[in-house]
Amino acid sequence: MSELALPKIDSSILNRKTEIVKNLSKLTDKENVLSEADELRPYETDALSVYTQTPLAVVLPENTEEVSEILKYCHSENIKVVPRGAGTGLSGGALPLQDAILLGLGKFNKILEIDYENKCVVTQPGVTNLGITHAVQNKGFYYAPDPSSQLACSIGGNVAENSGGVHSLKYGTTTNNILGVQMVMMDGTICRFGGKSFDQEGYDLMGLICGSEGLLGVVTEVTVKILKTPEVVRAALIGFPSIKEGGDAASEIISSGIVPAGMEIMDKALIEATDNFSKAGYPRDAELLLIVELDGTTSEVNELIKKVEAICKKNHCSSLKLSNSEKERLSFWAGRKAAFPACGAMAPDYYCMDGSIPRGKLAEALLEIKKLSEKYELPVANCFHAGDGNLHPLIMFDGNDKEQLRKTEEFGSEILKTCVRLGGVITGEHGVGIEKRELMCEMFNDNDIQQQLSIKKSLDEKNLLNPGKVYPILRKCAEEGRVHVHKNKDKFPDLPRF
Amino acid sequence: MSTKIKINSQIFQDSNNIYYPKDEVEVSDLIRELYKQDSPTEIIGNNSKSFIGNKTQSANTTSLSKISGIIDYRPEELYIKIKACTPIHEIEKVLSENSQELAFEPIDFGYIKDGKSNKGTIAGYLSCNYAGSRRFKVGSVRDHVLGFKGVNGKGDIIKSGGTVVKNVTGYDLSKLIAGSFGTLVALTEITLKVLPKKDSSKTVIIYSNNFEQIYDLFNKLSSSSSEISGAVFIPEQSNDKEFSSKRNNVFKFNDLKSKVSFVAFRVEGDQISIEEKINNLKKELELNNSDISTLDVYQSEPFWKKINNLEVFEKTEHNLIRMVIPPANGSKLCKYLENNHSYFIDWCGSLFWIEVNSKKEEKIKDLKKMANDFGGYLTVIKTSSEYDYGEPIFTVDKVRLMISEKVKQSFDPKRILNPGKMYRGV
Repeated sequence: MSELALPKIDSSILNRKTEIVKNLSKLTDKENVLSEADELRPYETDALSVYTQTPLAVVLPENTEEVSEILKYCHSENIKVVPRGAGTGLSGGALPLQDAILLGLGKFNKILEIDYENKCVVTQPGVTNLGITHAVQNKGFYYAPDPSSQLACSIGGNVAENSGGVHSLKYGTTTNNILGVQMVMMDGTICRFGGKSFDQEGYDLMGLICGSEGLLGVVTEVTVKILKTPEVVRAALIGFPSIKEGGDAASEIISSGIVPAGMEIMDKALIEATDNFSKAGYPRDAELLLIVELDGTTSEVNELIKKVEAICKKNHCSSLKLSNSEKERLSFWAGRKAAFPACGAMAPDYYCMDGSIPRGKLAEALLEIKKLSEKYELPVANCFHAGDGNLHPLIMFDGNDKEQLRKTEEFGSEILKTCVRLGGVITGEHGVGIEKRELMCEMFNDNDIQQQLSIKKSLDEKNLLNPGKVYPILRKCAEEGRVHVHKNKDKFPDLPRF
Repeated sequence: MSTKIKINSQIFQDSNNIYYPKDEVEVSDLIRELYKQDSPTEIIGNNSKSFIGNKTQSANTTSLSKISGIIDYRPEELYIKIKACTPIHEIEKVLSENSQELAFEPIDFGYIKDGKSNKGTIAGYLSCNYAGSRRFKVGSVRDHVLGFKGVNGKGDIIKSGGTVVKNVTGYDLSKLIAGSFGTLVALTEITLKVLPKKDSSKTVIIYSNNFEQIYDLFNKLSSSSSEISGAVFIPEQSNDKEFSSKRNNVFKFNDLKSKVSFVAFRVEGDQISIEEKINNLKKELELNNSDISTLDVYQSEPFWKKINNLEVFEKTEHNLIRMVIPPANGSKLCKYLENNHSYFIDWCGSLFWIEVNSKKEEKIKDLKKMANDFGGYLTVIKTSSEYDYGEPIFTVDKVRLMISEKVKQSFDPKRILNPGKMYRGV
């Protein structure tokens, strides 16, 4: 997209490339250090592929000790390090830097222990999210957080981003589903937070690491909680003639005391896009589609379905279909899960936003987005994790058209500002990364950001670990005028240049 | 060592020289001044849990008790935003009117303190992060905090989080604040996730004193898709007459046998699903030939209150230990405890409340070693009058202590807030 401000390149590091690569090759197998242009190309970007950077070198360590030695070396030589899991992140958190080592955790791909008695799995961070469920499902267990990229995303990346998924209202996000981590700090110190028991005493350092986007340490082992698969899971597919009625029904389901396992909303644009794409059989006359999933024991689910049905009828739903088999339930989800590729098929490019809003503000948010869509003359389709208020507008555009690119960025940024204005936040689950870095000023004031930077500084004094991510780069804030100046005072008078 | 200082402000001070700031601005002014003067302060709410933790090394005391009241309660959004020192009973009352609750089931530490109910304030409770019986199912206090506002050790008002469940904007400082014993931030505002209250509950009692069988039951209970929301083991320890008599006095119910060890598990929900789950569980646990009884809702509710009031240790003058371990090691610990200390087990086999006789302080060292060996930790929640703090009351290793010191430094560089409450240097 537009030119991106990144930390100042240290040319002395670039000049020392040969020496650095040689030294790194002493710390792990030679084959694990990549430095040729064609070897580096696959690592130039993560899933926010509009931004690319070639790293100085890629290192793929095989164990915690190697990670520790590599970080210790980089720390002593002032070399920046960007950690990377599977590279599926949508906010550019694993975007390389030209003068930084890209530390790939792809070789940490083993599950170390399955402990049914303590209901946990000890795993290396490169194992995929779904890989954990696959390892325990034969005994009827699963790992609850289910980001849509779960087939490919790694559990280490999930920890870095505190990933959620459609079931996070009932089962929480990553932070609520892990028991312990092993982590290496930038200076090479290996530490362990938590383990197989609940609620480690003292500061919840595991809670701090989870969602810190690779800025505070490199996770080398994760202990996750596993849950028993519910006896019955059923879904309802409900069409509404207006956004308001559908939004009200979703709010009423929650306020009536039901906690659905998942609750998704799609607007008309997305209903059409996904139905064309996946032939999911969605009600195309509906203005809004609600998918509600309920789990539990047989009678519990039946009871809840009755309540949901009554609420939706009261709110004038235009259609209502209940899943009567696992196959049918999955078919209800097929369209929703194809939302992104469906938009991809409608325009050369799409840009996925990720704000959170209070559930009750959905109609207001969608209306605002519609107005913005008209203003910027760019089509948009919306999906919404109605259970937990996470909104994903998908803006469709043509990336080859520079003007459209600029407008898309502005449109996206206005959507996120709207989320904040409605009482929400700028990122629900994709992370800040480089994408929403400058918008942090919309949510936090000097003190808030300063406190977070102080934590960063206390654990990574030289600011070598994943610099330039999450926190605004002063230069950019000032240049682009995105800092909102309160009472004519500079927003960041004493902001460290991170 | 710091000395008491006179703050040049309008902040109310009582006859004991305790400061009572009335809002976050006054808290900020006060702490900013203390920061300038290098003069640390103890932070208290309504003092219900101030006996937990080390004595702070501070010359001043700041009570946040005037910062109280509900700011914004949105039942349909499942959150409540409150001023930090709002009493928990007030929060529970307003939630209950909307058939909602704090799902982490706050423990009432008033009973062990002086035999009187006192759940204290939400800030105090969050600062300890000690969840009740439902923890293994719904998460701890930290899992229910959506955001907070407070004042760091420099006097800066800071915030983190928000009111929405899904939020990954910046570091998740709410987690860090939970269980920090007021050493990072003087809390002024907290937003909590709230959940619907279940219609009803029933509790099934299984009489047994065979530790292998008990842990087999715990394992099957936590492996079932018929979810339970509480599971405890209450041993009968006839060799400890004081405990035995208290125990039998506390757990006096029509459908509960006296003087026998038992496992109790709770099922919550609507009537139909409760019956269905209990029937499923009876099959899965193979209870056909077991000695069991069932507490209906009128007995079940007070039963779990007594558990979460720690009533069997009411007004204890001994050391009270809270030990958390992975459940697979539980039966080994039971065997050790059987002839040594009175105890009971919560969280489906993970949480042990252990009473250690006042003259046996050295025994705490043994227990701490066991906790470490089993992959867990212990905290001395209440100390006897003879406790000399030779054995630290928290468990921490060197690396975590080093990182904790760095984190403390980043919030409170001059160690103004509750210094030494958890560890020396923090």
